[in-house]
Amino acid sequence: MAELTYLQAISDALRTEMRRDKRVFLIGEDVGVYGGAFKVSLGFQEEFGPWRVIDAPLAETAIIGACTGASMMGLRPVAEMQFADFVSCAWDQLVTVAAKQRWRVGTPVPIVVRLPSGGGFSGGPFHSQNPESSFAHVPGLKCVCPATPEDAKGLLISAIEDPSPVLYFEHKHLYRRIKGEVPEERYTVPIGKARTHRLGKDISVITWGAMVYTADEAAQQLENDGVSVEVIDLRSVMPWDKAAVLDSVRKTSKVLVLHEDTRTGGFGAEIAATIAEEAFEELDAPVKRVAAPDTPVPFSPPLEKAFIPQVEDVVAGLRDLAGY
Amino acid sequence: MAVAREAEPVGSLHEVREAGLDREDLLGVYRNMVITRGVEERGHILYRQGKIPGSFYTGRGNEAAAVGVATAMGPDDVGAPLHRDMGVHITRGVQPWHIFAQYMGRQDGPTHGRDGNVHMAESSLGLIAMVSHLPAMLPVAIGAGLAFRIREEARVALAWFGEGASARGDTHEGMTFAGTRELPVVFVCDNNQWAYSTPTHLEYATEHVADRAQAYGFEGVVVDGTDVLAVYREAKRAIEKARAGGGPTLLECLTLRMEGHAVHDDAFYVPKVMFEKWAESDPIERFRTWLRANVDMTDEEEDEITTGVKKLLNDALQRAEQSPMPDPADLLHGVYASAEDLDTPHHK
Repeated sequence: MAELTYLQAISDALRTEMRRDKRVFLIGEDVGVYGGAFKVSLGFQEEFGPWRVIDAPLAETAIIGACTGASMMGLRPVAEMQFADFVSCAWDQLVTVAAKQRWRVGTPVPIVVRLPSGGGFSGGPFHSQNPESSFAHVPGLKCVCPATPEDAKGLLISAIEDPSPVLYFEHKHLYRRIKGEVPEERYTVPIGKARTHRLGKDISVITWGAMVYTADEAAQQLENDGVSVEVIDLRSVMPWDKAAVLDSVRKTSKVLVLHEDTRTGGFGAEIAATIAEEAFEELDAPVKRVAAPDTPVPFSPPLEKAFIPQVEDVVAGLRDLAGY
Repeated sequence: MAVAREAEPVGSLHEVREAGLDREDLLGVYRNMVITRGVEERGHILYRQGKIPGSFYTGRGNEAAAVGVATAMGPDDVGAPLHRDMGVHITRGVQPWHIFAQYMGRQDGPTHGRDGNVHMAESSLGLIAMVSHLPAMLPVAIGAGLAFRIREEARVALAWFGEGASARGDTHEGMTFAGTRELPVVFVCDNNQWAYSTPTHLEYATEHVADRAQAYGFEGVVVDGTDVLAVYREAKRAIEKARAGGGPTLLECLTLRMEGHAVHDDAFYVPKVMFEKWAESDPIERFRTWLRANVDMTDEEEDEITTGVKKLLNDALQRAEQSPMPDPADLLHGVYASAEDLDTPHHK
C-alpha cells in the first residue's frame, strides 16, 4: 500500500492499464506534451509515445467520435475532456452514437470518457459542473463518480475493462486534497456497487463524489447530538446500487439524499422516487434532498459557497430528520 | 472559383483495366447496381403495401457513387455508409433478405427490429451502422482510421456524408483531426444537391464541397457520381493513397437525388428540368450502354443479370416475410454490452 492523492490514483490506474494492455490509449486536449490540464498524464507521452497519448485538436466531437470508431476496431480508448463541462460539445457522440450502438446494432463501444468535474475553487459556470444526471438518464451509458483514491484507481480500471461506454467523473476538488492508502497491485472496484463510508443506525445519507466528505463532516457533528448517521457512497450513479440504498434506508428509516449537482431532475430525485416506491412503509420521515439550487454555478466565492451544499446545510437537514 | 480537381470521365477500356477491373468485375459492378436499385424498388412496393412501418428512404440516382466507391475498398477496409448508400451494403455482401427484414422491422433484420430503414450494418463486412444525425458518423469512421494508424495496419476507413451534412461542425472537426494527423481516411461526399428541400447554395458557399479539402490540408476531387468507372478510379486512387500513408482525400460524387427526401415527399421544390436533365445520365443505364459498347455485354449476359437479380429479390422477399416480428420480451436485452459481445475478431 502507498499513500496517494486522488489524482495520483487516477494516473496510477491509467498507467497500469496502458502498461498491461497495448489496446489502451489516451486522447484529449493537451494530454501529451503538457501532461493534461491537471497533470494526470504527466510523463505518459515519454513512456507510451505520441500515438498512445494523443494530443487532439480542440474538437470534443472528433475526440469522442474517434474513440467510438477506434473501439469498434478493437482498441480501448480513454478520452480526457479537459473539463467535464466541455462534454456538452460531444453530446451527440455519446448520446446518439456510443450509448445506442450496442442495443441498436449489436456493436459494443468500450470507451471511457474522463470528466474532471465539480466546483469549489471559483471555476465559474463553465468549469465547475456535475453533469452526471444528464448522462445517467441515457440508456446505454454508465456513470461512475469515485470519492476515494482507492475507488478512483479501481473504478478507472473497471471502466477501461467494461464493454460499455463509461463516463468517469473525477472530482477536481478531490485531486490533491484527498489522500489515502491505495494498493500498488492492479485491482478493480465493481461498477454499480455502493460502499458504506460510515456506519450508522438513525439516518442514512445517500451521496457520491466530493459530497461524501461533506456528509461525513455533518455526520460527525450529529454524533455530538447523539444521532448516528450512516453515509452511503454510491460510487456509481448508473447503474446504481439500489439494494444497498434500500438496505440502509430499511435499517435507519430516515434518509437524506445529497448531491453537488442542481436539485431539479438531479439524480437524487430518482433515488428519492425509488425509495418512495419500494420502501415507503419503512420510512419514519419524508425523504429529504440537499442539493445545489437550480442556477448555473456561480463564480464569486460567497456565491459559490451558497451554491454548493455545505456541511451546515447537511447538518440542518439531518437535524430536521432527527427531530421528525 | 473551384479549388478541387474536377475528375475527367473514364476514357478507355485500357484505363479501366489499369485501375484493376477485368470484364468479370465490370459485370459484377453492374449486377450490384441492379441489385441496389431493385432492393429499393421492392422496398417502395412494400411500403405502399403497408408492410414497412415508419418512413422509407432510397438512394435512386446514387447507385454508381455507392457501388463505385465500395468496389474500390479493400477487404479489410472499413466504412460508415449513409442512407443513400445501399450500394455499399450490397457490394460488401449484405444479403438482400436481411435488408427486407430490416425494412419491415422483423426479427431477422440486422437490428432485429430495433432500428429501421438503412440504420444497419454488418460489422463482419467492415461496415459501421449510421445514425440519423448523419455527420456524426464522420468522427466515428475517422476513429477507425485512427485505430489503423495506431496499430500501423495498411487499412483505410471511409467516411460518407452528404452536402447537407457538410454544414455541421462534426464534418469540420473530423476533417481537421484527420488532416492534422494524416489519417488513412477517405471522405466521400454524396452530393445529391438537395438536403431534404434545401438546395446546395444554402448549404455551402464554395463552388464544390470538395473545395474545402484544401483548407484541411488534403486533396479534394469532384467526380460525376453517375459515372461508376470514374467514381471507382478516383476512389481507388484516394484509398490507395491513404493506405500508403498519404493521408485523407475528399471525394465528392455529384448526383441528383431522383426522388423525394423520403417516400412521403414528392420533391415539388426540385425544378422539373433538373430531373429531366439528370434522368439522361441515369447511372445504371449509362453503365449498361458502356458495357455493351466497350466489353460487348451480350443480350444473354444482360438477361442473366436481370433475371438473376429478379429471382434473388423474389426469394429474399419471401424469406424476409417469413421472418417473425421481434419479441417485446427481449426489449431490455443489450442496453449494456456484455463481455461476450467483445468476443469478435476486432476485439481480440
